Amino acid sequence: MNSLLILIPLAILLGLIGLAAFLWALRTGQFDDLDGAANRILFDEDDDRPRR
Amino acid sequence: MTKLLAAAAAVARPQIDARCAHCGERLPSAAPTTFCCVGCATAHDVIAGLGLARFYDRFRLDPNVRRLRPNGDIAVDYTAHCRVGANGETRLHLMIDGLHCAACVWLIESVLARDSRIVDGRVNLTTRRLSLAWRGPASDAGQFVASIGALGFRLVPYDPAVLARDGDAQERELLRALAVSGFAAANVMLLSVSVWAGHAEGMGTATRDLMHWLSALIALPAVAYAGRPFFRSALASLAAGRANMDVPISIGVALAAAISLFETTRSGSHAYFDSAITLVFFLLIGRYLDAKARGKARTAAEQLVGLASRAVTVVRSDGGFEARVPASVKPGETIFVAAGERIGVDGRIVDGISDVDQSLVTGEIGPVIAPAGTPVFAGTMNLSAPLRIEATASGDDTLLAEIVRLIEAAERSRGRFNVLADRVARRYAPVVHITAFSTFLGWWLLAAAPWPTALLNAVAVLIITCPCALALAVPVVQVAATGRLMRRGVLVKSGTALERLNDVDTIVFDKTGTLTLGRPTLTNVAKICADDLAAAAGLARASRHPLARALVAAAPIGAAAPCVEEIPGQGLRRITERGEERLGNRRFCGVADSRKPGAGPELWLSRPGRAPTRFAFADRLRPDAAETLALLRAAGYSIEILSGDRKEVVAAIARDLDVDNWNAEHDPAAKTRRLEALAREGRRTLMVGDGLNDAPALAAAHVSMSPSSAVDVSQNCADVVFQGEFLTPVVETLRLARRARRLVMQNLAIALTYNLAAVPLAILGHVTPLIAAVSMSSSSLVVIVNALRLQRGEER
Repeated sequence: MNSLLILIPLAILLGLIGLAAFLWALRTGQFDDLDGAANRILFDEDDDRPRR
Repeated sequence: MTKLLAAAAAVARPQIDARCAHCGERLPSAAPTTFCCVGCATAHDVIAGLGLARFYDRFRLDPNVRRLRPNGDIAVDYTAHCRVGANGETRLHLMIDGLHCAACVWLIESVLARDSRIVDGRVNLTTRRLSLAWRGPASDAGQFVASIGALGFRLVPYDPAVLARDGDAQERELLRALAVSGFAAANVMLLSVSVWAGHAEGMGTATRDLMHWLSALIALPAVAYAGRPFFRSALASLAAGRANMDVPISIGVALAAAISLFETTRSGSHAYFDSAITLVFFLLIGRYLDAKARGKARTAAEQLVGLASRAVTVVRSDGGFEARVPASVKPGETIFVAAGERIGVDGRIVDGISDVDQSLVTGEIGPVIAPAGTPVFAGTMNLSAPLRIEATASGDDTLLAEIVRLIEAAERSRGRFNVLADRVARRYAPVVHITAFSTFLGWWLLAAAPWPTALLNAVAVLIITCPCALALAVPVVQVAATGRLMRRGVLVKSGTALERLNDVDTIVFDKTGTLTLGRPTLTNVAKICADDLAAAAGLARASRHPLARALVAAAPIGAAAPCVEEIPGQGLRRITERGEERLGNRRFCGVADSRKPGAGPELWLSRPGRAPTRFAFADRLRPDAAETLALLRAAGYSIEILSGDRKEVVAAIARDLDVDNWNAEHDPAAKTRRLEALAREGRRTLMVGDGLNDAPALAAAHVSMSPSSAVDVSQNCADVVFQGEFLTPVVETLRLARRARRLVMQNLAIALTYNLAAVPLAILGHVTPLIAAVSMSSSSLVVIVNALRLQRGEER
């Protein structure tokens, strides 16, 4: 059972990292222009900064 | 560079069908240039001059999409919209008109990137907005906007704070809440599964308590955070003295969390943390989908600002010209409108005679002859000769502004549509409360159970009856239906449009541009000898008049005749060695024909020594108009035509289409009145129309559709926009709306059945957290899968 003391916090920590990453992406506007992002990959000289 | 230019020209100029190298407008075949107008040539030069001619290769080659032509907008004062940031950068937000695809994005951003002052210029293709930041004074804005305007895009400044207030912010909050609750639900469920397994395997009390405490640690903050949208709405509805669906949801979630915490403190064996948070998660999915569908609808007024921001040339008292914003023109001032320009104010012609295209205001094709003294309206187009106009109204007093007000009024009066899900919720909520409360009383008083047990059972009832599946039933079907329609070129803009389409019993069609294609075509080409046609086309190539254009389009390729003179309101003429050739109206060509004028517009060609020839034009019906109307009639809808056009024309069309109910010569206000009258008779109307004059009527109807060839404004007021030359999307959308309704009903039935089956178990106290979780998740999944059936299935 001792393994639980490591594994449960570890599992939750990993989940929290995922959640933080998503919230970060949301805040920095990664989801603001899904149509544009799909097409931008085709531009040769585009930078990948999101719109601030 | 020249090579690029030549390449672009070659692409845009195949042998038979010569088109403008910039905007793709069809060219007179013998035109010496590859451009249709000076504006396009300038835009092309700018683009090529910056080394960005690749734009033309990237631009999606859809023949129906036209790049906008530059129209010489003046510098509006943008400084009022600029915001200076803390880092010394000035920022301006603009809406872009004429943005079609990624190539346009690339072009705009490339042009902006060349200016070293600009630190950020980013186009959002989804929302068609541009955010611009630069180092320097706000007064630079005009230059940047002009450099993009020269490419043929139209830019309108907006205040992001105003737009973000309603839709965007709410959607973002829901998405954040969804992420938090999703994370929490997954982790709590992980812990719960081990607890459930522990019940069977004999997990120690200490371990179980640890699991419960951990669950509480994750679930309680998550519920508090992610549940806010429901708590807020529940409080608001209670304050208003009503109970909406969020009240039982909030009570259920809050009680489940509280009683679980209580059980945990006294080391109880059951805790409902997972139910509480999963509930919130499922409900948020439905709420988010709903908000997303709603967010797509944009306000009509936003786009109209663009129409009002065109330049007006004011004639000063000393005779000089000056460019001004339309709103600043005072009644009594004289403005000058060149041929081919849009008129910016309401007024009266004081000098000159021309043909004025009023289609934007009246929705009808065919220009009107406008001699001195004729009233003209903002938004109409001066076609053939320069005019001086004395302004009678400008800005907010113009007919255009009046139409915008009509739209707003009509939209307000439509009010809040009573959505099916809300109606169900209103009946359902009290039942839930009473059942849960009686369960508590029953266990506590009748069965003499300790109050925590009674409360636990009451909470189980609340959880089981909580309308997860109910809340998902409608939005999921809606998303599936709009997704399917989108793939067929039909864009559903309003969240409640599909539901409203179901109530429709009367369909009102506009004529021009809706039942018809909205442009004249030569109808008697078979009766005209080739020589006459070629001669007429030679003359017609010199004119921008829509009838002349239609004639050219019908004629084989040839050269423009030299020395053609255009007499506004009458026609074209040229002197040859043998005498005078004329192409124009009946009187102009000296036709002493006593026959009654035909239903449609006509042109006559008179040449020395030959009998005059008549060219008849008509606005052709959409190819499937008759078929579509027959289908709709067969489906039991009553059909009506409502047009601003003349009586004879509408009568002829109505006869062709076998429609008994028609009204002609209705202006925008009259159309709105007619729709209101229908509503008073208890009819639910679907208005199908295009054109600015239809916009108020679209807003006044129970539900509305607009072809995508329509003016932006009417598309914006319409609930549904469809693309292409055909009318069948109307039938398809109505059919799909019916299927969607059937699925919503099935889903509601499934959800209610699940609840009804599980409630007795809950009342008897047999619902453990495991059973609650299984029943909740499975009913939600069944509802989702059922809704996805809409994606497949029969096509017709």
